[in-house]
Amino acid sequence: MSTSLRTETGPYFGDFGGRFVPESLVAALDELTNEYALAKVDPAFAAELMELHRSYTGRPSIITEVPRFAAHAGGARVILKREDLNHTGSHKINNALGQALLTKRIGKTRVIAETGAGQHGVATATVAALFGLECVVYMGEVDTERQALNVARMRLLGAEVVSVRTGSRTLKDAINDAMRDWVTNVETTNYIFGTVAGPHPFPAMVRDFQKIIGEEARAQVLELTGRLPDAVTACVGGGSNAIGIFDAFLDDPAVALYGYEAGGEGIETPRHAATLTKGRPGILHGARSLMLQDEDGQTVESHSISAGLDYPGVGPEHSWLSTIGRATYLPVTDAAAMDAFRLLSRTEGIIPAIESAHALAGTLELGKRLGPEATILVSLSGRGDKDMETAGRYFDLLDEGAQQL
Amino acid sequence: MTATTKTSTPMTPNRTSRVEATIARRKAEGGGALIGYLPVGFPTLAESIEAAVALAENGVDIIELGLPYSDPVMDGPVIQAATQQALANGFRLRHGIEAVAAITARVDAPVLVMTYWNPILQYGVDRFADDLLAAGGAGLITPDLIPDDAADWFAASDRTGLDRVFLAAPSSSDERLAHAVEVSRGFVYAVSTMGITGARSDVDSAARILIDRLRLAGATSACVGLGISTPEQVREILGYADGAIVGSALVKALSDGGVPALGALAARLAAGATGIRAAV
Repeated sequence: MSTSLRTETGPYFGDFGGRFVPESLVAALDELTNEYALAKVDPAFAAELMELHRSYTGRPSIITEVPRFAAHAGGARVILKREDLNHTGSHKINNALGQALLTKRIGKTRVIAETGAGQHGVATATVAALFGLECVVYMGEVDTERQALNVARMRLLGAEVVSVRTGSRTLKDAINDAMRDWVTNVETTNYIFGTVAGPHPFPAMVRDFQKIIGEEARAQVLELTGRLPDAVTACVGGGSNAIGIFDAFLDDPAVALYGYEAGGEGIETPRHAATLTKGRPGILHGARSLMLQDEDGQTVESHSISAGLDYPGVGPEHSWLSTIGRATYLPVTDAAAMDAFRLLSRTEGIIPAIESAHALAGTLELGKRLGPEATILVSLSGRGDKDMETAGRYFDLLDEGAQQL
Repeated sequence: MTATTKTSTPMTPNRTSRVEATIARRKAEGGGALIGYLPVGFPTLAESIEAAVALAENGVDIIELGLPYSDPVMDGPVIQAATQQALANGFRLRHGIEAVAAITARVDAPVLVMTYWNPILQYGVDRFADDLLAAGGAGLITPDLIPDDAADWFAASDRTGLDRVFLAAPSSSDERLAHAVEVSRGFVYAVSTMGITGARSDVDSAARILIDRLRLAGATSACVGLGISTPEQVREILGYADGAIVGSALVKALSDGGVPALGALAARLAAGATGIRAAV
């Protein structure tokens, strides 16, 4: 490839992206775009963020080779990028820190966020506590129930958690309510958006804050194995951890990139969140991208056992990478993800987030296809502590009477 | 490939805007236009048509017909609840076109369709424009389509002569306001306050300032919406703007008391509009 795929800055990635938002938000998006452009070239901003990564989050996150797990993946070498070890338990802190620094720079005092699994909400509540910002997190009512522990964490950190009861009561509706809050309170409030979707500048900005995952991992794998991996895998909901680990490899054509989205109960059923596999181009939450919708353009409700992947849209850069064939996106069912969730726990003593378990399940199949000579780098985007209630029920691990949390 | 570049000055519309003419006529009488919003399909398709007809029969000058959408980020709880019910009842986009045809067959008030952009994109921008024109519709109000990303709508509205109403917000830069005035046809929708739809006890003084700024940008047809629910507010707004848009209050009246209650509220609001006409 002669031209770099790493230089896209939006608002469009091919035909995807843009700003399909109420006029009331344009000034705030322009302000964010301009301030981010200045921050991006400001060495002091980069230095402050780097120091927080080092002394607060615990970066660089390590890589871990997992041979006992890999024995089930056709014997390929499997290496995990351990974003689960970050402070707050997932990759979401990388972006939340970046956007909180930007909020301080702009001079706003209140932040809002949407959250599905609760990981981005926890990360935002955490940075709000760190910087002394007022924080409100919007979370679908369905998700507040299946991720009750993360709700408690956010409240303990001082954030207000709003349980969203409109629409499908999941992530997409939480984003709608966060947008409504932002339209109303934009003068004092910055929206710390959690993924690489949404209107410009979010897809490019969130990618930039997450690309440290791939930059570190690329160097770490080179050091460990002496060469680049044959494939890089990640789960995809909105797609922030996937873009984060893919970005550093976009210009390495020999490295295959695989995104695994939530196949739910199967893509032949209506109960899935396989946006890139089954979606059509449309507008959702301010950007043109692939999305799950009916003939009339009404958003279709998605399903996944994993709250963090339960989203009928996806970031525009992923739609672009899929269209141009640079990355491949495949569905992984709830059942396959839960099997991989248990397998990593039992073979390696690492309990992944159910989101990340989708990447592990995909890797098991990919390894069998690529064979024992292959090396696969997996984004282990988060840890599974938050998922014990779901896993306890799914695998029937809880003693009688212990079911009520 | 992309639609990021600002559209150059649009072609001269090939037909006169009935919405602009209606607003101009009301202004000439010494006031401004009363614009009433209702969603299609609430509480049922047939009743929503009756309700829109009742608006016109009770003095509403221009009808703004909303198309229910799954993710309405500009709407507050009242309109969200109504449009969600319409969707649950099986609302389809073609019902929107059917409703426009049924309403325009019975009343003279121009009918603008208010819609989020994805349904139009999926229906086909050109196809929707043609069908709306054939149904007697006046044009579109597009709450989540800004002129920057509206290239295909510019082309379709120029071809058909349909009105295109863009929003102007208190937070919009002078440059953006000037652009909204330049490219809008029918009127510019001045958002009274930073926020979403829903009745408010005070309509922000921001509305008056925004209208002043739009005037400086050359606006002759600028209407205020968001938060307006009483005849007094209508009268106050028509003291400086060319039209007042009422939405949630009408939806609530329809929801609580059916078409009779809706008609009664419309008549009271119209009296507010007439009050200014009489007072001037």
